[in-house]
Amino acid sequence: MQGDSSSQVLTVRLADLTRARTRRGLSSLPSLWLLGPSVFIALAMLVPVAYLALRSAGASDSAWELLFRARTAWTLGRTALLAVSVTGVAVLLAVPLAWLTARSDLPWRRFWGVVSVLPLVIPSYVSAFLVVSALGPRGLLQQMLEPLGVERLPEIYGLPGATLALGLLTYPYVLLTVRGAMENLDASLEQSARSLGYGPWRAFWHVTLPQLRPAIAAGALLVALYTLSDFGAVSLMRYETFTWSIYQQYQSAFDRSVAAVLSLALVAMATAILVLESRSRGRMKYYRSGSGASRRAGVTRLGRWRWPAAAFCGIVASLALALPVAILGYWLARGIAAGEALSPLWSEARNSLYGSVLAALVAVPAAALLVRHPGKLSRGLEFTSYVGYALPGVVVALALVFFGANYARPVYQSIWLLVFAYVVLFFPVALSAVRSAMVQINPRLEEAARGLGLSPPKVMARVTFPLLRPGVLAGAALVFLVAMKELPATIILGPLGFATLATAIWSASSEAFFARAAAPGLLLILLSSVPMAFLVVRLRSPEGTRT
Amino acid sequence: MSEAVVECIGVSKSYGPVAAVCEVSFALRQGEILSILGPSGCGKTTLLRLIAGFERVDAGEVRVQGRVVSSPRTHAPPERRHIGMVFQDYALFPHLTVAQNVVFGLRSASDAERRARLDEVLRLVRLEGMGGRYPHELSGGQQQRVALGRTLAPRPVTVLLDEPFSNLDASLRSQMRQEVQHLLRGQRTATIFVTHDREEAFAMADRVGVMLNGRLVQVDTPGAMYRSPTTPEVAATTGVCDFLPGVVEGERVATEAGRLLWTSTGHLAQGAAVNVLVRADDFLVMPNPHGNGVVASREYRGDAMVLVVRLPSGTTVRCRQGPYSELATGTQVTLAPSRVQPFVAYAKTRDG
Repeated sequence: MQGDSSSQVLTVRLADLTRARTRRGLSSLPSLWLLGPSVFIALAMLVPVAYLALRSAGASDSAWELLFRARTAWTLGRTALLAVSVTGVAVLLAVPLAWLTARSDLPWRRFWGVVSVLPLVIPSYVSAFLVVSALGPRGLLQQMLEPLGVERLPEIYGLPGATLALGLLTYPYVLLTVRGAMENLDASLEQSARSLGYGPWRAFWHVTLPQLRPAIAAGALLVALYTLSDFGAVSLMRYETFTWSIYQQYQSAFDRSVAAVLSLALVAMATAILVLESRSRGRMKYYRSGSGASRRAGVTRLGRWRWPAAAFCGIVASLALALPVAILGYWLARGIAAGEALSPLWSEARNSLYGSVLAALVAVPAAALLVRHPGKLSRGLEFTSYVGYALPGVVVALALVFFGANYARPVYQSIWLLVFAYVVLFFPVALSAVRSAMVQINPRLEEAARGLGLSPPKVMARVTFPLLRPGVLAGAALVFLVAMKELPATIILGPLGFATLATAIWSASSEAFFARAAAPGLLLILLSSVPMAFLVVRLRSPEGTRT
Repeated sequence: MSEAVVECIGVSKSYGPVAAVCEVSFALRQGEILSILGPSGCGKTTLLRLIAGFERVDAGEVRVQGRVVSSPRTHAPPERRHIGMVFQDYALFPHLTVAQNVVFGLRSASDAERRARLDEVLRLVRLEGMGGRYPHELSGGQQQRVALGRTLAPRPVTVLLDEPFSNLDASLRSQMRQEVQHLLRGQRTATIFVTHDREEAFAMADRVGVMLNGRLVQVDTPGAMYRSPTTPEVAATTGVCDFLPGVVEGERVATEAGRLLWTSTGHLAQGAAVNVLVRADDFLVMPNPHGNGVVASREYRGDAMVLVVRLPSGTTVRCRQGPYSELATGTQVTLAPSRVQPFVAYAKTRDG
């Protein structure tokens, strides 16, 4: 699944804005008409895992043997290695960027603040295809160096290429969580350290960095889960991880339960990372202990480091954002010059839009209704949404293929099963966006409205939902954004002959038709920029939502 | 150099066109507790931050033990000033335990020294046995004691407290006030604390400074500050007060409440129009059918009855009487001075 966690990061950021107040809801019982959709969603979230478990239990002995083969351990090691290296690159890029854009007098700070988040719109398979087309054999760099007699470049396929491609587009996940935490950090903590004799660097190291640890861990978690679930980049980079071998098993083997067994192993790995992260928090609390007004941190003067710092931001932004768009433009121009027929992309674009809009339309209202009714049910859903974090798109798709082929014939091979997959994958995204808007609503407001004589349904219509609207819109934008980019589930579950922009890019670039992948790539980035712009604008104006 | 621990000389700081602190001068002596009293936004917190080194001065000097730490040309960073600061929200490090918070500033000490000082400080702030807790596991008062202990542990030359009790509820506040005062006096630590609560300012400090619109208008002992404020604004900041218009006639001022002895910080000519400062305890209210005052309203305070007396010109005077005062609204009364000290008179400004 491509980039579903981007949204989760954004919503973590949104939630950070208003950590201060936890919501105590009004004690209205969820009515029956709410119970229906809730139970449906909860079941939908559990179907993939349950089905995989059943399928694996019934798998032949040879399938289980496969799981314990040396080759599986090898895949596991490669997957873990990639997750570690990508996470490392992302953290190393993101923490300095976060500090520079949040706390320093960097030139054009606001501009960098927005630009540094934008690589989120670039899908991993586009990023990978660009790395290959630029640095790969017979790529742009080699062609440029050919007159100088350079025949071969260092091998880009494999771990270095995959790390580069994924690191450059996943660092915003860490950036957003860390920057959110930095902006909310109470300046008096750092100042206390200063007045107790600590210099600026020591104060950062001993006080600020420990405060940022949970944010870094949360961002790293998202990057790691993203890397585990990534399919596009690793397949183009020919770096075999779990997602790639699951897909190959699915495509080639007669016994599909091998794929099911491998999927379970992948889910287990993702769950292990989740557990690890939540364990690491321990007994310490990271919010301020006092209740007084907090003072916003001042800006640190960079002095002679101002311009080198701006150059650093510029290099990251151009590698992660400007260069990709430029290379896409170059391939497009070259393709047109070479007489490549510009196939009309209308149907692909329409399919992409269809799927994403439908997913947003189903997931977000359900999330809004559920969030309005705290209780056992929503706690249960919170758990399932955690499961959702750990479910890679390829696994969900596979489970739904089994499920659809056996029990849901009418929707099998239709767009509806695909939309269902999107909902399962991205419901947590919608839920957390809407929930973070909900916690910002002071329960006193609803009580005040009741006191002014409004009945509970009227309160909901005139107070709660209008206040919830930003969260609902953000949720819809996020679901739209991530569903647009989704690749593995779209490949596996899409009806025969069904192509989206994502699948068009992937099939063209996996056969190295770079020029043919350029047009859908640019179009996809363009379309994704619309919800992204909306989200960036929202993130940039947090003051209205603070209390 | 003088024995002043902290000295401000003409300190000014503006943010754009807004002057937050304007030509503030004072000296803090060893062991002295100085409170800075003023309404919110008067610049008192900015003054603390200038002294602590979190802000740079635009003009003037801050000296600590005779050494210039702030001036337009020099700025010693906060970590080199040996000034302890207790923040309004305590700013306890949430990722460290109580013990780790307390020893945070003892970097150069050896382990043994550190342990000894930790025990000493925990005993001082009455938190023995709590060293292993995290800040969020403590009550508000305990958190404040940790903050104070953390600040005192490195033996700073002076301690600055920013609205130290504003986060505590009323009952805990007076208890903590006494405790903190006792502690600071015991340590003989020179202290500056800022507050908008005049009761707090008077109760804790050796001297009170009133700050208005960025200026330190008057620094005096609590008693002198209350009895003879130099301006009507200071009078209003330091307690309930009303102003009686009058005319200077020799050593007395003729007012609607009679001819009162007067004093003034400035020169007042014979026949000058003045306003006389009246505190709530300055007059006895006596029923008198021929009196020129009338009880306009009553406010029962439990330990006192505050009567608002209206005089013929329409001027009202608040008078605190015993809680058993039976004077009903509408009763004709006369006011009689309940003090022998002269009243403070201010020359009437053109608009007032």
